[in-house]
Amino acid sequence: MDRFTVLNGLVAPLDRANVDTDQIIPKQYLSSIKRTGFGQGLFAEWRKDPGFVLNQPRYQGASILLGRKNFGCGSSREHAPWALMDFGFRCVIAPSFADIFFTNSFKNGFLPVVLAEAEVDRLFDECNAFPRFHLVVDVERQSVSTTNGETSFRFEIDPFRKYCLLNGLDEIGLSLRHADKIRAFEDKRRAQYPWYY
Amino acid sequence: MGQTLYDKLWASHLVHLEDDGTALLYIDRHLVHEVTSAQAYEGLREAGRKPWRVDSVVATADHNTPTTNWDEGIEGVRDPFAKLQIQTLDANMREFGAKVYFPFLDKRQGIVHVIGPEQGATLPGMTVVCGDSHTSTHGAFGCLAHGIGTSEVEHVLATQCLVTKKMKNMRVNVEGPLARGVTAKDVVLAIIGRIGTAGGTGHAIEFAGSTLRALSMEGRMTVCNMAIEAGARAGMVAVDETTIAYLKGRPFAPKGAEWDRAAAYWRTLQSDPGAKFDREVTLDAREIKPHVTWGTSPEMVVAVDEAVPDPDREKDSLRREGMERALKYMGLTPRTPITDIPIDKVFIGSCTNSRIEDLRAAAAVVKGRKKSSSVRLALVVPGSGVVKQQAEREGLDRIFRDAGFEWREPGCSMCLGMNPDRLEAGERCASTSNRNFEGRQGPGGRTHLVSPVMAAAAAIEGHFVDIRKWTGSPS
Repeated sequence: MDRFTVLNGLVAPLDRANVDTDQIIPKQYLSSIKRTGFGQGLFAEWRKDPGFVLNQPRYQGASILLGRKNFGCGSSREHAPWALMDFGFRCVIAPSFADIFFTNSFKNGFLPVVLAEAEVDRLFDECNAFPRFHLVVDVERQSVSTTNGETSFRFEIDPFRKYCLLNGLDEIGLSLRHADKIRAFEDKRRAQYPWYY
Repeated sequence: MGQTLYDKLWASHLVHLEDDGTALLYIDRHLVHEVTSAQAYEGLREAGRKPWRVDSVVATADHNTPTTNWDEGIEGVRDPFAKLQIQTLDANMREFGAKVYFPFLDKRQGIVHVIGPEQGATLPGMTVVCGDSHTSTHGAFGCLAHGIGTSEVEHVLATQCLVTKKMKNMRVNVEGPLARGVTAKDVVLAIIGRIGTAGGTGHAIEFAGSTLRALSMEGRMTVCNMAIEAGARAGMVAVDETTIAYLKGRPFAPKGAEWDRAAAYWRTLQSDPGAKFDREVTLDAREIKPHVTWGTSPEMVVAVDEAVPDPDREKDSLRREGMERALKYMGLTPRTPITDIPIDKVFIGSCTNSRIEDLRAAAAVVKGRKKSSSVRLALVVPGSGVVKQQAEREGLDRIFRDAGFEWREPGCSMCLGMNPDRLEAGERCASTSNRNFEGRQGPGGRTHLVSPVMAAAAAIEGHFVDIRKWTGSPS
């Protein structure tokens, strides 16, 4: 997994609440058995509309998506963060996320940032007002800032996830450091509740 | 202080806890299907890892399998990508193994959330995961069950654990008797209508109260199934005698003296009196009517005797825009009575409503009647081969066929339209499934979520009807 330290990227505003994973990557694009190539299916139905935000020239090359509440609700498909990343995004900023999407994102070094609703409103305003609006997302400092540093918001991130992002760590390898503990737990459970085995 | 059911399930599976609350949670049952597992097995292979406990895996192909042409074998799968996913699962099962695998065409194949309980492979007190968000279904058995992503599928395969954090406790109490024609589906749609699609985010929901206690296991599964549509990864119901009676004699349930010991333990799987919940919501079952969704999110739902809402009356601008977008997509005019909405197709199936009880209820509505000529297709897709055989023994297939419905092979089918069963653009469907998102049942398709009896009656009349008052057209 790639490290995620500081991202300075163009911002694309997606001004809709409850964006579900069926929209992020419609089912007709789920048929691959690989993790790559899903970018072509990203928001496939919405992209048929020439006016859709990702079709506008000013947002070409964006790596930060600005969203509204309950982003990523619905299906557990990890193809959603895969598609966002394959398209070029590394980060989504929104007031809230659905739980499974939120977790899936971190597993792929893709960063979901939660900011307060008023802060997100402010970023939407600035993004709409200034062409080529960029933001700087700093994982170490847990901050989202404008490039001139005039606006800066702090975000929360769980320390373990932060550590994995900053170091690009393989979570399975980390968990297997506890293999003895897992084995001991399993032996005890098997003895106590044999019907689960 | 007393513990909640979720607290107990969490504590009994906790292997390791970091200072920041990140936990390794032991997983008892891992359900695997063809669409979200290929990349996980590929990851294992690339890293030279083996599954930690093959016996925890129960696998099947369900998401993209066709519901026709089974006599042609694998060649009946016309979509080459679907065929590749099915064959990849076959190959991964041969290479890595499982406790049991019900491949495409097997008589016990079916929707993963139907076959787990049906086979007794889902047992109270288990942690259950699957690369599918509707894994919450299994919580009906007093399990901690939730959907995971593909990276987590790989992680569970490799370590038998999930890296996670404890959720908050929420309890939804539903009290009182349900009116005739009002079902578990209406209960859960009413709950989602009340708390919203993000109302349970970050929480494990325990569904409780006399209404839940009176529901069959099928009904409880329907409710827990849609916990995720309220934002909660896990929904659950405490164990009682209904749970235990359902499981007795199932193929993978314990037997003999072990059964008695297991059942004694399972009876402890309830929230203690005085257990603390972070949030509680109570609904009066007597006020719940048959529900119909009108929009593109499950929270966009009203009772059947109401009308399509008017966005002009919504004060919140973001919500109003969402409503306007949904109405445009759905091709609906504000203030149209729900019972005036005509239907093009009907789908009875999915992990929400494809069990024997659902098919019996729908068949009772359909019996001796004919599908409306304005309804192009009324599809009945049993949840599993076992459900299908049971229904055929009871003659339900004949009832549906005689009424002009199609009786198909089991699978997820038109709930998500990964197989050939889809809506065409602009088609309107009364569906017993769980998601009415844009394009969910086919690009441009318009989905209204309802119960099996409401879907069946809509097929007969060609539009929604209030099942409580409906006496039925003469056949």
